[in-house]
Amino acid sequence: MVTGWFTGDGDDFTLLGTRCSVCASVFFPREDAHCRNPGCAGGELAEIPLSRRGRVWSYTDSRYRPPSPYVTDPELPWEPCTLIAVELAAERIVVLGQAVPGVTVADLTVGAEVEVVPGVLHEDGETVFTTWRWRPTGVTA
Amino acid sequence: MTGEVAVLGAGMHPWGKWGRGFVEYGVTAARAALADAGLEWRDVGSIVGADTVRGGYPGYVAGATFAKALGWQGARVASVYAACASGAQAVAAARAQILAGLADVVLVVGADAAPKGFFRPAGGDRPDDPDWLRFRVLGATNPTYFGLYARRRMAVHGDTSEDFAQVKVKNSAMGALNPNARYRKRVTADEVAASAVVADPLRLLDICATSDGGAALVLSSMEFARRRGATAPVRIRAVSTVTPTYPNTVLDLPDIATDSAAAVEPTERTFRASIAHAAYQEAGIGPEDLSLAEVYDLSTALELQWYEDLGLCGEGEGAKLLREGATAAGGRIPVNMSGGLASFGEAVPAQAIAQVCELTWQLRGDAGQRQVEHARVGITANQGLFGHGSAVMAVR
Ligand SMILES: [Zn+2]
Repeated sequence: MVTGWFTGDGDDFTLLGTRCSVCASVFFPREDAHCRNPGCAGGELAEIPLSRRGRVWSYTDSRYRPPSPYVTDPELPWEPCTLIAVELAAERIVVLGQAVPGVTVADLTVGAEVEVVPGVLHEDGETVFTTWRWRPTGVTA
Repeated sequence: MTGEVAVLGAGMHPWGKWGRGFVEYGVTAARAALADAGLEWRDVGSIVGADTVRGGYPGYVAGATFAKALGWQGARVASVYAACASGAQAVAAARAQILAGLADVVLVVGADAAPKGFFRPAGGDRPDDPDWLRFRVLGATNPTYFGLYARRRMAVHGDTSEDFAQVKVKNSAMGALNPNARYRKRVTADEVAASAVVADPLRLLDICATSDGGAALVLSSMEFARRRGATAPVRIRAVSTVTPTYPNTVLDLPDIATDSAAAVEPTERTFRASIAHAAYQEAGIGPEDLSLAEVYDLSTALELQWYEDLGLCGEGEGAKLLREGATAAGGRIPVNMSGGLASFGEAVPAQAIAQVCELTWQLRGDAGQRQVEHARVGITANQGLFGHGSAVMAVR
């Protein structure tokens, strides 16, 4: 589903993007076909790790269960899930992601530092779907 | 002035949850617009439909579906998909046909029967679709994006939840006066504050609902209008249909990330601002000349953003403009006198056409209790998924 969007475990977990060898534009989710900079003739798109830390651009939450294709167990009560848009300074890009479980909007402010960590999107008995999560730095849980 | 087309007719099917098919809504709106124009369907040389999804292949349909329902008469046909901007881009296609001399009279129709609850992408595993991905990977509904924008405004500009609520109070007061609106009840700030949080900081009454509805316009060449005795019709002077400029650095629906600005500096104007700017350039009219504006208030907070993107005030001054009453009835630049999406709800292919219907009635002086005095110039603005956005300028 999101093959090649991230790699590693624990403190080595990083999001993966691509970078154009001609104009140095960065793409996430990864762009493997063509550089999208209209001023660039186009070059090789090489995989690069994105910065592990960034600053909160904005945040919100989902108080109602999202519809499919988001996978949830309708038997269980819906637990609001927090979303954070994070600005990565070096890449000058904003990347949206879910916060780690337990982090609510009350724990966040625009401009606060967060870091990327691995998380489980859902499991279906056979497969564990890994994803990325944002976690405020200084929080370990 | 060259490049203008006449609006001879405007019509709607009232919005709500009627439980019927989109064809019925579209045909009702089309017949109303034709009657308003004093024309027969047989007089129409071309029909342009704003697309909707019909269950089953090929899914996206509009122009020919309405033509069949109205009775095949051999008209030229086109259908337009541009997400929430579909209606405005249908107007653009119709206008281009008229200006190119391909048709004298064009009927533009948009209608939909919206699903209950959240909009969601079509079924199947479709990881090449960014809209599917944001739901699958993040559970990021439309309201969560509106929540992100609202929270960002609070952090950067100092907007408050009370400011957002006042947008709903204003728009619901107008919707109460509009017989085509779904919600006809005035809402108080306390009622907004008492409604459930959907996507922090936005509450149920900050976010527009999904609705059924239809809207239609009859457009013609200026020459045809004169021949029919319409000496001073409402005229469409500009329709902007621009795409963003790389790098687009404001997180847009349905994307998971922005473009990176690592290699190219962003242009001065955001995508939303460029939509209005293109219309102003094309029309030779500036924000200071406007009598009214109809904007996509998908959320209350987003309406404040449009004030700035339309140039009605400076960046960060949207809430101030609202507090001053400038955008309310009787204000310097009334916004969403129709009641806006807050009062209509979303019927995606119809809503950008409905905005032009409201401009038409306002510029004719036919808007009843919602009438903006001495209305001469109006603008609409909308934005849809995947880099679609449009603004229409109409004058009298
Ligand atoms: Zn490049």
